[in-house]
Amino acid sequence: MATIEIDGKHYEAQDGQSLLAVCLSFGLNLPYFCWHPAMGSVGACRQCAVLQYQNPEDKRGRLVMACMTPVADAMRISIEAVPASQFRRENIELLMINHPHDCPVCEEGGECHLQDMTEMSGHTFRRYRGQKRTHANQYLGPFINHEMNRCIACYRCVRFYDDYAGGNDLQVFGMHNNVYFGRFEEGALENEFSGNLVEVCPTGVFTDRTFSAHYARKWDLQTAPSVCIHCGLGCNTAPGERYGQLRRIINRYNGEVNGYFLCDRGRFGYGFVNSPERIREPLLDGRSEITPQAAVNYLDNLCQTAKGVIGIGSPRASLEANFALRTLVGEENFFLGLNDIEHTLLSTIFNILRNCGIHTPSLREIEQADAVLIMGEDVTHTAPRLALSLRQSARNATFDLARSLKIAPWQDAAVRELKTQIKTPIFIASVCATRLDDIATDTFHGSPEDIARLGFAIAHRLDDQAPAPELMSDAENSLATAIAAELKQAKCPLIVSGTSCASIAVIQSAYNIAKALPSKDKQLTFTVPECNSLGLAIMGGGRLRQAFERINEGVADSVIVLENDLYRRAHSQTVDLFLQSAAHVVVMDSLRNKTAEQSELLLPTATFAESEGTLVNNEGRAQRYFPVYAVSEPVRGSWQWLTSAMEDSEWRHHDDLTAACAQAFPDLAAIAQVAPGAAYRFKGSKIPRQPERYSGRAAMFANINVREPAPPQDLETPFSFSMEGVTAQVPPALLPVIRAPGWNSNQAVNQFEEGVEGHLRGGDPGMRLIEASGNLAWFNDIPSAFKAEEGQWRIMPLPHIFGSEELSLHSAPIAERRPAPKILLNPLDAQALGVVNGDRLEISRSMETAIATLPVQIETTLPRGLLGVPAILPENQQINNPERVTLKKVAAEAENKPEIFL
Amino acid sequence: MKELIEKQKFTGLSAAEVEEINAEISHYEDKSAVSIEALKIVQKYRGWVSDECLIAAAELLDMSPAQLEGVATFYNLIYRQPVGKTVIHYCNSVTCWMLGAEKVRQRLCEHLHVELGEMSDDGAYTVLPIVCLGACDHAPVVMVGKELCLDVIENTVSEILGR
Amino acid sequence: MENLDKPLTRNIRPDRGFATLADYENTGGYQGLRKAVTELQPKEVQQWVKDSGLRGRGGAGFGTGLKWSLVPMGDADSDNPHQIRYVIVNADEMEPGTFKDRLLMEKDPHQLIEGIIITAYAVQSHIAYIFLRGEYHLSARRLETALQEARAKGYLGEHILNSEFNLEIHLHTSAGRYICGEETALINALEGKRANPRAKPPHPVVSGLWGRPTVINNVETLCNVPHIINYGVQWYKELGLSAATGTKLFGASGRVKRPGLWELPMGTPIRDILEEHAGGMQDGYKLRGFLPGGASTDFLLPEHLDVAADFDAVAKVGSRLGTGTMIILDDKTCPVQMVLNLEEFFAQESCGWCTPCRDGLPWTVTLLRDIIKGRGRMEDLDTLAGLVRMMGPGNTFCALAPGAMEPLQSALKYFREDFERYIVGNKTLLEAG
Ligand SMILES: Cc1cc2nc3c(=O)[nH]c(=O)nc-3n(C[C@H](O)[C@H](O)[C@H](O)COP(=O)(O)O)c2cc1C
Ligand code: SF4
Ligand code: FES
Repeated sequence: MATIEIDGKHYEAQDGQSLLAVCLSFGLNLPYFCWHPAMGSVGACRQCAVLQYQNPEDKRGRLVMACMTPVADAMRISIEAVPASQFRRENIELLMINHPHDCPVCEEGGECHLQDMTEMSGHTFRRYRGQKRTHANQYLGPFINHEMNRCIACYRCVRFYDDYAGGNDLQVFGMHNNVYFGRFEEGALENEFSGNLVEVCPTGVFTDRTFSAHYARKWDLQTAPSVCIHCGLGCNTAPGERYGQLRRIINRYNGEVNGYFLCDRGRFGYGFVNSPERIREPLLDGRSEITPQAAVNYLDNLCQTAKGVIGIGSPRASLEANFALRTLVGEENFFLGLNDIEHTLLSTIFNILRNCGIHTPSLREIEQADAVLIMGEDVTHTAPRLALSLRQSARNATFDLARSLKIAPWQDAAVRELKTQIKTPIFIASVCATRLDDIATDTFHGSPEDIARLGFAIAHRLDDQAPAPELMSDAENSLATAIAAELKQAKCPLIVSGTSCASIAVIQSAYNIAKALPSKDKQLTFTVPECNSLGLAIMGGGRLRQAFERINEGVADSVIVLENDLYRRAHSQTVDLFLQSAAHVVVMDSLRNKTAEQSELLLPTATFAESEGTLVNNEGRAQRYFPVYAVSEPVRGSWQWLTSAMEDSEWRHHDDLTAACAQAFPDLAAIAQVAPGAAYRFKGSKIPRQPERYSGRAAMFANINVREPAPPQDLETPFSFSMEGVTAQVPPALLPVIRAPGWNSNQAVNQFEEGVEGHLRGGDPGMRLIEASGNLAWFNDIPSAFKAEEGQWRIMPLPHIFGSEELSLHSAPIAERRPAPKILLNPLDAQALGVVNGDRLEISRSMETAIATLPVQIETTLPRGLLGVPAILPENQQINNPERVTLKKVAAEAENKPEIFL
Repeated sequence: MKELIEKQKFTGLSAAEVEEINAEISHYEDKSAVSIEALKIVQKYRGWVSDECLIAAAELLDMSPAQLEGVATFYNLIYRQPVGKTVIHYCNSVTCWMLGAEKVRQRLCEHLHVELGEMSDDGAYTVLPIVCLGACDHAPVVMVGKELCLDVIENTVSEILGR
Repeated sequence: MENLDKPLTRNIRPDRGFATLADYENTGGYQGLRKAVTELQPKEVQQWVKDSGLRGRGGAGFGTGLKWSLVPMGDADSDNPHQIRYVIVNADEMEPGTFKDRLLMEKDPHQLIEGIIITAYAVQSHIAYIFLRGEYHLSARRLETALQEARAKGYLGEHILNSEFNLEIHLHTSAGRYICGEETALINALEGKRANPRAKPPHPVVSGLWGRPTVINNVETLCNVPHIINYGVQWYKELGLSAATGTKLFGASGRVKRPGLWELPMGTPIRDILEEHAGGMQDGYKLRGFLPGGASTDFLLPEHLDVAADFDAVAKVGSRLGTGTMIILDDKTCPVQMVLNLEEFFAQESCGWCTPCRDGLPWTVTLLRDIIKGRGRMEDLDTLAGLVRMMGPGNTFCALAPGAMEPLQSALKYFREDFERYIVGNKTLLEAG
């Protein structure tokens, strides 16, 4: 610890930290541009100048850049001293020389770091009389706008995009005062984290293009804390609404989970909420004449009179909604809505997490790993934000070296310049090339069986108690030995696996490796496909197949399907048969889909943006999301439909349901503490969702009614749909918006953290439900090696960040980025089939008719005998391993669009 | 001539170019370190670096075109637009400026009927300014191609070009 | 042994083309190397150079031996990244008014090569790079040939002069940009990146090229090294006139009778250089002032002619010895226009990394242009002074901008009336050229 003096006041700080970071965490107003809490210091913008005195006698001091200055004991500095404040004012003046005066039409306006810093620095008068330099802009794809004239050349965009996120298509060109940040040529930014540029850029160069389509100022957006529902990681988000439309999503800091960054699916996938495909009213037999009350009565009646009602839950619905359904139909009639493979994978994962005694890390902890083995996942596509964290762990070896050279870790450029042979060992075993291969020390490509076998072999090398696979090739053996050696040395090794290659063996081998590792601080994490997959696994329930049997065998005749498109989970024929066999089918969902089309009663449900609930992420962290705005009747939250159908229920409110759910499952006991309940008041009032400058409230609905309507009441959460009240010091789980006096952009988050890049003051939101305990035995089921068979191919669905997730695909910008349907083939297989890139192949299930005709793309990393198919169509989701298919070249004249007929 | 340059179809870097670039790679710890040399090699053969050449060179060095372009646009001796067969650099730094660089420029441009940066009609010359050529004791100085011409006073311009 | 008072240029004669390997060997060439690798330990070589008082000739005047001694030498056979060390020759000479390194490379390339080899031996580096500015085509040719000759003769390569020492030297020709001469920007350029400077610390001697310890020295600096080893510390120290040691290439350009370059003892009075060697001002011109060491040094006035040309003495009167090549301002050249020319150069060569330099220099240029065009205002002079203060040493990321401000700052001090004359309407009577 060091005691430092800033403008006459004494503070305690950590030795060696960056002085800027320390000043900000004391809540001092020190402006900056090039520095970023997650990306450290480079000293480019010169905005953070302070005066440093050499000793107690020194009266003059000298200017230093706070971001580049390490804190040392007895340090004496001044932020306020005239030379420093004058320098900062004049520095801003220079930055503003070429900056356009377009704040009124700039989408950054009102949450602009440059505006904030200009105010803070006191630059108010323009002396420059020359012309401004101008630039041409580029089209950067459906996510991001480009307005280069606003650039102040802080270099943060390229530092984030290239250095932090591993992109290479956004660069800086030119020099002197003509530097240009853009692409080699126009076109979509390729990196999956490009959306963070919107927040990383301190001005309006990079703005959210999806937001532009229905723009509103930050102060006009109604906001509530939310959780991303587009994968299993549970990143925290802050969605904004105006006029009943969800307008955008920005990052909500959570020190343990997503930190400062989101992936592009999470940021730009919200469009489904506003989709014309939304179900807006209850439909009975496809007709809209049923009132909400009649619908509730129907449901209630069904449960009383039907021969048997079963409920099918959903991994994309909240714990509360699933629990309400389970309660309504009875525990024995509740099914999780997962097909056999999904079900088995998730229960295997839950069993391991629950009982294996190995720590499951948060994303923050993942960044600390000093050796990583990824088993069977292309994480960029299955759990995107995790890929960004792994990219940071790749730097740990360099950080160690930096430390030995006395280079502080926040000296970003200096650390990155240490290009040595020492790299954090990162191994990736996957079906074919992944988006993280550039940070991998070694890769292995094979079928799931072969990945699992490699895993078992590694485990065996680490601990000879672990079972060993037989008949491994020399190459596999030596790879296993090398990986085992690296993992063994590591202090904090991490094993990553997941569900995407649909192999229990892969997951079990990942566990064996983790178990075999000697380190105390070893970590094991699994990706799961949906936002509440793990929550469902904890809750437990029957399999989808069993649900089908109930109806098909006549044990039950009615089914209630909760937010689940069954056609994504089973073959069409099976689902068709099931839905036709049921006498009554009730579907509750927010978007039209094939299942909804088959319902007798269709109930319109609220999305994440209009409802509340608890989700459990892959780490076992329960997190609460809140409605951002009040949805208008007759749309209701699923839990509301369900509880109102329970006539004698005592559950009037969401909190009751959460409490009951917590009580029903010991593993879920903590969910009631995830966030304060509806009764919570801060300084006597509810927490406003609207900022204090929210405008137009009196007039915004004047076209409907000239009287200002009373704001909707929110009986379920601590939030109000109004601007009265304060948000500054509420518990982190209830922080609707990040803003502080003088800090209007999301960068204000430093005012809410315990130390920069630290935890939120009051604790990061979420409760971990599972802590490592117990000790599972070795898994012994080692599959035999995959053998390519003449004329037979194994289909491997390859998940894609844009396309594999159901809801985000309903937002047009995401759909635009979906890869074209195609099949990937090993070059030798392609040769054997006599096809080249672009030729078309017809895929058939053995003995059956064709299921698809798709163009070929040769993929050198794909093993022989496997067929890679991007999992971007609902139909792909149900192509199950280990399905074998045959291939036939399609004559050239038949050439046209890809056809899929499943 | 300009049209001619544009019309030449790009069929990849030549074997000689690739060989020279590869030879340079052995001098460094890492491939992308050769970026500047690679561009200069391409330029040696072609006079300038077209988009196609830049993309091909980037591929050879495991860089993205944008990464290589970021480097190319930093340095002033990499030409991303066609230039004449011979580039005439006239020094416009302080001593040459003091001793008549501006007049030298005027004479050069008038003589060749070009503006700065343009290619002469026959494609033979482009005139560009350059910073101090390190021969200030013989200012003003001009570099024609690789040749340094000293003590250039205005009436010897045609003489320089004759060389 | 001939011409021991002009060790750097003794092989350089106007009547001869350039020194061949034989010429160089005939005057004691490669004897220093032989002595170093056969008689001296690396640390001893470092110590000799430290004791000699040799200070960097690239402009900053940092003690050369001291710099070398900061290189972590590491264990010979550990796998620590410090095992690999680099030596880089800064041959980027691009500062306007500077024309000394080109001569050394063109006329006596082996002298530099011997200097590099001894330096590499002193810090136990096995790969060295010559970072040569791209426009120096003749230097490149001569150096390439000399490198081949040195290799053929066993001065370079494996087992140099039958010792255990190995070294390879690669010639890298740059693609332009003054900022590449800044040592950390040079490292980025050599790594094939955009030549933005790097933050210091860490200094290149600790983490330089690819993060390895790296010694960077100017051409002229390294040319001194063989002689120090060959003739000894005492001899070298005695070469200097003042407390400063050794000789230095001094030059003068502008309207003097005999612009040129001369090797003279450190500490030679500036008057001797300008009047005796450069022959005084051309007829019809008077001395108004001069930049003592290249474009990025403060103006000095005729009253400073008796100052000794060494680092400390010039610093004492408010300027810098810099590269020792002086630019003469005569009484018929407008100092404001001269400063504009300099600032245009610096604004154009700013790397674009840090704000004050990237945006402050173009503003400086705009203001000077406005003033010269008669659109200036009195308060513009305050703005210029403010920019000088803003871009002062330590305030920008590297020393380019502070260097750029030196001539402006001193011009505002010494030639204020020339600025004011434009502003109050009476345009200058002076014209360039
Ligand atoms: C903008 C700038 C340009 C420079 N250009 C050169 C140069 O062309 N040649 C050179 O030797 N040093 C140059 N230097 C100085 C180098 O940074 C460095 O101090 C020098 O190469 C060290 O060598 P020395 O100790 O032998 O002088 C420059 C410095 C700056 C700030
Ligand atoms: S002072 Fe700043 S912008 Fe100028 S050259 Fe140095 S780093 Fe680049
Ligand atoms: S934040 Fe310190 S220099 Fe940019």
